[in-house]
Amino acid sequence: MRVAEAWRVALDALRANRLRSALTMLGVIIGVASVVLLVAIGTGTKQKVEQQVEGLGSNLLLVVPGRIEVGNAPVVSPLTLKDVDAVTRVVGDPDRVAVTVASGATARAGARSDFTTVQGVLETTPAVFTRSLARGRYLTGTDVDTSRRVAVLGDSVARALFPDRDPLGQQVALAGVRFRVIGVFAPLGQSLGVDRDDEVHVPVTAAQRLWGTQRVDGIAVKAPDRERIDELGERIVAELNRRHPDTEFSAVTQQQILGVLGDILGVLTGVLAAIAGISLLVGGVGVSNIMLVSVRERTREIGLRKAVGARPRDIGVQFLLEAVLLTTIGGLTGMALGVGTAMLVDALSPIPAAITWWSLALAFGVSAVVGIVFGVVPAQRAGRLDPVVALRTE
Amino acid sequence: MTEPAVADRSAGERVPAIEAVDVSRTYQLDGVSVAALRGVSLTVQPGDYLALVGPSGSGKSTLMHLLGGLDRPTGGRLVIGGRDVNALAPPEMATLRNETIGFVFQAFHLLPRTSAVENVALPLVYRGVSARQRRERAAAMLGRVGLGHRLDHRPNQMSGGEQQRVAIARALVTEPTVLLADEPTGNLDSVTGAAVLELLEQLNAESGVALVMVTHDQEVAARAHRRITMRDGVVVADSADPSSAHDRPPSVDHGRPATLVSAPSAEPRSASGSGPGHPSGGSGGAAGATGRLPHDGGTA
Ligand SMILES: Nc1ncnc2c1ncn2[C@@H]1O[C@H](COP(=O)(O)OP(=O)(O)O)[C@@H](O)[C@H]1O
Ligand SMILES: [Mg+2]
Repeated sequence: MRVAEAWRVALDALRANRLRSALTMLGVIIGVASVVLLVAIGTGTKQKVEQQVEGLGSNLLLVVPGRIEVGNAPVVSPLTLKDVDAVTRVVGDPDRVAVTVASGATARAGARSDFTTVQGVLETTPAVFTRSLARGRYLTGTDVDTSRRVAVLGDSVARALFPDRDPLGQQVALAGVRFRVIGVFAPLGQSLGVDRDDEVHVPVTAAQRLWGTQRVDGIAVKAPDRERIDELGERIVAELNRRHPDTEFSAVTQQQILGVLGDILGVLTGVLAAIAGISLLVGGVGVSNIMLVSVRERTREIGLRKAVGARPRDIGVQFLLEAVLLTTIGGLTGMALGVGTAMLVDALSPIPAAITWWSLALAFGVSAVVGIVFGVVPAQRAGRLDPVVALRTE
Repeated sequence: MTEPAVADRSAGERVPAIEAVDVSRTYQLDGVSVAALRGVSLTVQPGDYLALVGPSGSGKSTLMHLLGGLDRPTGGRLVIGGRDVNALAPPEMATLRNETIGFVFQAFHLLPRTSAVENVALPLVYRGVSARQRRERAAAMLGRVGLGHRLDHRPNQMSGGEQQRVAIARALVTEPTVLLADEPTGNLDSVTGAAVLELLEQLNAESGVALVMVTHDQEVAARAHRRITMRDGVVVADSADPSSAHDRPPSVDHGRPATLVSAPSAEPRSASGSGPGHPSGGSGGAAGATGRLPHDGGTA
């Protein structure tokens, strides 16, 4: 009964001072909304990156020269197709091994040109990286073996060079050498600001000839199962180290990439949320302030309530509830605002945003806690008021 | 809702509703002690009708606050409803007030933006009565004070007299043993005030709730069963004290404002001039040099 009365009185108090309550809530609303929004952006980015890394294909092992560390300069690769053969022997299945030798180049078709990345690859690429074609066909073993000058265009390249024509069968000049278009990739979209459709695949042998090199930049292996992926990586690295004692090699899995990226994005999200949390704190101070005003304004009411039998706790609970109501109503409004903004950002900008239930629960919980923390001092002050003094207050 | 207290009044052995023995109350004001009450002894019996008179600043309100358990004495013994307040923690004091005392203030002290019936029901909230019963009992009580047709009016929609009736209903809805009214007509015009007084006296007679009222109206005081006169924090006359020959006759004051009622001539003074420190507060106290009368606190 007493708690019901406390709720009623607290709600009444907020209603009696609508504008003041709303302004006080504003601090909490902004704080909670920014926490929700920033966590959504952090989470959305992380999810998108994970998707893309996983979209590379499952159980993927990337073998590159040098050590994979942030800040390490890329190493000129000593790998050649002979090394690829050696790795294939270790793996035991040629269909599971893909390579790349990549370089920027201008692609030209008629009057149009597009600067893009030309990748020399094996016919195994679509299977290893799970890529699909929108039109035509991919490279074949024969294309690779015979260094045939055929090309598969990424979606953006196809659009740039052939905006109003079917690219299949057309000629395209890559670094001045003519290739015939045999296929177009299905679009992949943007990833962290990079256009993943801005590439052209040609046989690795043709690419090496184009640039006059024997080099292979990296080898990708699709492991038969997840359990032995690390062991396979070690064997491949050992084989390559044997063949090139002067160079270090690394084999990284998707899990490792995901782990590193996840850590970075996690820290970033945390920092953003903490900055937003400070505004929530400021909102809490505002609540504390307004509660002290509320206690002073209603000193006579407190005295009267005490005179008719309210215990210090009854008064304290009443004011604490008022504070908690302020922050939780503000919190809920802030959540709605944060979710709405996140959805808009996700829909209208390239920044991904994903709402997670835990972030909403956390935001609501935090706003309630802010109410308790910043309401407790004014509430205690109200509860301890001397009824005689309180009744005499003008 | 009537109580059998009327019968109590005639009974020989009565348990006092309130018993104050040599109570004092000293305020600390910026390091200076102000003695608002200096040894007052008073017993309120169930069903009593007591008038408290005396000049402004003589300690009447201070005494009322003590009698109602709103405040604690700094000295002496105070027993309300059989419970020694010195042994009670604040929450227990609150419960004691809720169960045994009803207050009526000069300034009404109704909650704004709250209907009459909800104002009256307020003490029942702190007694844990269900919302439906609260409303029922509050409505019935408003009917008894003649406001059955004003249940959902708010204080700002009512006259002063009506507001004070609501306050009286609120004080009585818990069926307390004592009703403490501190200048209940002080904010009302004389006609309205008279009606409110009549109501209080009627409720006292009907329900047997003891009525302790601070008043400046000597006619009203004369109607009370017992009249207690205070000055400078002590009781200077008590009509119930058979040894008291000092009861001030009502005629002396001619209904003059309380602040001017300091005429020391009305009371015999003992030469001993007891108090070393006069209370600095009230104008009445300053005007009339205090004499501790022989019967002063004599009940102790
Ligand atoms: N809270 C207080 N602090 C200091 N002095 C007080 C306080 N309340 C009352 N007094 C003093 O106590 C004396 C008695 O006051 P009060 O009981 O209000 O008198 P009355 O009701 O008879 O006019 C006065 O001198 C007054 O100034
Ligand atoms: Mg007074």
